[in-house]
Amino acid sequence: MTRERGSPYAPHADAEAAAMLDAIGVDDEEALFDIPEGVRFDGQFGIDSRSEQALRRELSALLAKNDDLTEFMGRGHYDHYVPSLVDNLSQRAEFLTSYTQYQPEITQGFLQALFEYQSMLVDLTGLPVANCSMYDSATALAEAARLADRVRQASGSVVLVPEFLRSGKRGVLDNYLAGTEMTVETYPMDDGNVDFEALSDRVDDETAMVYAENPTVRGTIEEHLGDIGTLASENDTLFCLGTDLVALALLEEPASVGADVVVGEAGVLGLPTAYGMGLGLFATREEYLRQVPGRLVGISEDADDKRAYTLTLQTREQHIRRERATSNICTNQAWVALRAAIHLAWLGPSGLVDLAEDCVRDATDLAERLDELVGLQAPVHDRHHFREFVVHTDQPAAAIAGDLETEGYAVHVVGEHLLQVCITDANAHEADALVAAFEEVL
Amino acid sequence: MIYDQARYVENGQYEPLLSEKETTEVDVGGDDSPLPDDLTRDSVELPDLSEPELARHYTRLSQMNWSIDSGPYPLGSCTMKYNPKFTEAVAADPNGSVHPDRSDESIQGNLELLYGLQEYLAEIGGMDAVTLQPPAGAAGEFAGILVAKAYHEANGEDRNEVIIPASAHGTNFASAAMAGYDVVELPSAEDGRVDVEALEAAVGDDTAALMLTNPNTVGLFERDIEHIAETVHDAGGLLYYDGANLNALLGRARPGDMGFDIMHYNVHKTFATPHGGGGPGAGPVGVVDELAEYLPSPRVRERSSGSGYELFDPEQSVGKVHGFQGNWLVLVKAYAYIARLGDEGLLDASAKAVLNANYLGSQVEFDIPYGPYHHEFAATSGEKDAADVAKRMLDYGVHPPTTKWPEMVPEAMLTEPTEIESKKSLDDLAAAFNNAAADDEETLADAPTRTTARRIDQVSAARNPRLSWRALGDDE
Repeated sequence: MTRERGSPYAPHADAEAAAMLDAIGVDDEEALFDIPEGVRFDGQFGIDSRSEQALRRELSALLAKNDDLTEFMGRGHYDHYVPSLVDNLSQRAEFLTSYTQYQPEITQGFLQALFEYQSMLVDLTGLPVANCSMYDSATALAEAARLADRVRQASGSVVLVPEFLRSGKRGVLDNYLAGTEMTVETYPMDDGNVDFEALSDRVDDETAMVYAENPTVRGTIEEHLGDIGTLASENDTLFCLGTDLVALALLEEPASVGADVVVGEAGVLGLPTAYGMGLGLFATREEYLRQVPGRLVGISEDADDKRAYTLTLQTREQHIRRERATSNICTNQAWVALRAAIHLAWLGPSGLVDLAEDCVRDATDLAERLDELVGLQAPVHDRHHFREFVVHTDQPAAAIAGDLETEGYAVHVVGEHLLQVCITDANAHEADALVAAFEEVL
Repeated sequence: MIYDQARYVENGQYEPLLSEKETTEVDVGGDDSPLPDDLTRDSVELPDLSEPELARHYTRLSQMNWSIDSGPYPLGSCTMKYNPKFTEAVAADPNGSVHPDRSDESIQGNLELLYGLQEYLAEIGGMDAVTLQPPAGAAGEFAGILVAKAYHEANGEDRNEVIIPASAHGTNFASAAMAGYDVVELPSAEDGRVDVEALEAAVGDDTAALMLTNPNTVGLFERDIEHIAETVHDAGGLLYYDGANLNALLGRARPGDMGFDIMHYNVHKTFATPHGGGGPGAGPVGVVDELAEYLPSPRVRERSSGSGYELFDPEQSVGKVHGFQGNWLVLVKAYAYIARLGDEGLLDASAKAVLNANYLGSQVEFDIPYGPYHHEFAATSGEKDAADVAKRMLDYGVHPPTTKWPEMVPEAMLTEPTEIESKKSLDDLAAAFNNAAADDEETLADAPTRTTARRIDQVSAARNPRLSWRALGDDE
C-alpha cells in the first residue's frame, strides 16, 4: 500500500488505481479530465512537501517567533481557562470530522449536543429561541440588524449603536446592511455607559433597532437596561443586547430588561484566545422565529415514537430560499458551540456564577491596585466593571504599553493617555507581576 | 456491509438530555455579591453534572454520530476528506493562540504563517492577492461580491445585477442579495453547462458579476470558460469563482488562468480542515491585482524593510466581514495540509478525487445523466425517491450522498467520494447504492433501522417547533 509519491491521504496502490482505470475504461487519470487546452495549468506551485514530523518542527518553531507575553487583553475577545475535558471530548473524531446533520437519524449525537447548547442559551437569556451558532459577535450583531430590517413595523430604518463600539463590529454591521435601506448612527456614552437621556432624544419613528452592550467594550456594567427596553418598546423599535456567556450568568437577564434579540460572544467559553476566532451567540423572541438566521435544531419523533432531534425550519435558509433566505450562512461554528456547551456544563450553574463574580471582583481589585501607583488613575469610569477597565496614564499610554511589552505583558492602548486592562481566571495569577511591571515602567 | 449504530435507551427515550440528568437553580446576588442587586439577575438554572458524568454523556453522543473517521461520507459539494491528525496538534500550539489586538511586532510567528498561507492560496488559485478573513465559504462569497461592488462604484458604474446559474449553490444567491444585488438566474444548457447564448443575452450594462462554480455542481467542466469570461468582461462585469469544487482541479487548472477575477477557497473542503459538525470553516478570497486594494482589512504583507511582517489596510478596502481576522485555528490546519502535500500531493489529490468519482460512478447502477464528470457525479434514483434510497444506504454502513440537489437532475444523488476512499471502500459504497436500489418500496420507506434513531418526522418538527428543553412538556 505504501505510496512514495502523491497525497499521503489517498490510499491507492498502483495496481489498485490501474484496476479502477480499467473498470472505467481509460488508460490513465489524465484522460478523466475534460479541461480545454487553453486553460490547462502545467506549471508548478513551488510548494515543497514536508513530512508530518518536519512540519510539526517547522510550525512549532514558526509560532515560537511570537513574543511570549502575558495578555491582559479583552475589548470584546476574552480568554477563560478551558478545562481538559473540552479538548478531549470535542476532539473525538465522531464530532470533529462530521458535517452538517443532513441525515439526522445517523447524527443524533451532534444534534443533541447542539440542542443542549441552544437550550443553555435559552436558560441564560430567558429568550425562547437560540440558533446553533453565528461566526462571531460582530456577524451576530449584523444579522440582528438585518432581522430588524425584516420585522420592522414602522418606517424607521436607523440602527443606533453606542459611540464606543469595536471598529470590527461596526465594520461588519455596515457591510451586512449594504443591501438594505438601513443606516447606522451612533448615540453618546456617559462615563462609559449609555447616556440614557441622549439616547431617549435620539429614538423616534426613524429608529429600527437600538443596540447596547453589557458589559460595554470598556468593561463597565450598564445601569439603564430596563429603561432602554422600555424606551425601545414604546417606540416600536427592537432592543438588541450584546453580551457574552459568562456575563449572562451574573448580570441582568436579557428577557427581564425587554431585550428582543441577544447577540454576543459565546466563544468566551470553550475556545482559547485563538487570534480572534469566535462563536456568535444569537437568541430572540418566539415571534421572530421564522426570521432567525442560521441553523436551528428542534425536537421531533422517529418511527419508533422516540424523541429525536433534527435541523428544522430550513425554509429560512439559503439552500432552499436562496436570495430570499434570512441569511447566506451555511457552514457555521458548530464545533465551537459544542466546545462552549461542554465548558458550560463543566462549570455548572455555581461554577459559572462564581467565574462571573470573579470577573467583577478581580477587575475591581486590580483597578484599585493600579490606582495606587503614581501616574495612573483607575478605573477612569466611575462604574461597576466586568473583567476590564480603562486606566488613565500621566505619561503617553503607548510608551507605557511598549515598555510593558518589554517586561512581558500586553495591554490595550485606547487613547493618548488611556490604557485598558482585562483580568480573568486565565491571567489572575499574574496580577501581582503585572502591578510590579507597571511600577517598573512608570 | 452491515452497520449498527450505538443506541442508548432510557425510560423509552434515547440518551437523556443534560437537563434531565441533573439541574440546579442557584441564587444570584445577595449579601455576598460583588454587585448591587439591581444590576444582577435573580438566579441561574443550568445542568449540574460531575466531570465523569459529562465525559460519559458526550462520549455516548459521539457514538451516536457519523463522521469521516466512521466511514464513507460522500456528500456532493461538501468534499468530506480525511482530516490529518497532525494538523490538530499544530493548531493546538499555545504559542499561536494570541489576542487579536496584539502588536504586529509581538506576533511575527502568526503573521508569517498567515502570509505564507496567502501566498500558497494565491499560487494555487492563480490569483494575485488573498484575504484570509472570511470565516466560511458563504462569508467569502459575500466579501468577494462586496469587492466587486466597490470596484464598480470606484469606476463610477452603477451595476445592479449578479448573474448566477440555476444549478449554483444557494449561498451564491443569498450572498449576492445580501450585498444588495438583484439576482439574474441563468438556465442550464441541455448538456448541463452554462447556456452561453442565454448568458450573452443576460449580460449588459447592469451586470456586476457572474458567479460560477467550475467544475459545476454536477461535476462538469465549463468547456466554454474562455468565451464565458470574454463575454462577461466585454460587458464590463467581473467573473467570480465559487471554490467549492476546487478539489477537482488542484494543479491542473487555476481560476485565475481561466479569467476569473475573484474567487473564494473553501479550506474545510479542498484543504481538509475538519467540518466540525457544520463548522468552523474558512473562506479566504483571492483576487486579481486590479482588485487587491478593495479586499477586506487587514491583510498581511512583508515589511518594506524586508524583515518581518505587518498588518495593513488595503487602500480602498471594503472593511470587515469578521470582527477580527477570521478562523485562525482553521487557517493553521489548512496551511499544514497544503505544506504536507506540496505540489505533487495536491496534483495527486485531484487525480485520485476524479478517479474515485469516475470509478464509483462506473459501479453504481443508477443513471448518471451528465458527464464527463470530475470529482463528483449526480446520479438519479429514477422512479425511486432519492431520500428513501439515502435512508436505506444508512443501514448499509455508509453516509448517503447529497440528495435532491441540484434540481436539474430529478431525484438527484450528488456523490463526491473524494480521494481518500480506497477501491474496497468504493466497492462498499457502490454496493450500498445498488442494494438500496434493489430493495422494495416498503423496505425503503421503513429505513433506516440500524441507526440510533429511526426515520424522523420532519414535518412535525417544523409545524410544532420545540427548540430548547424548556419547550418539552411535562409529558416527556
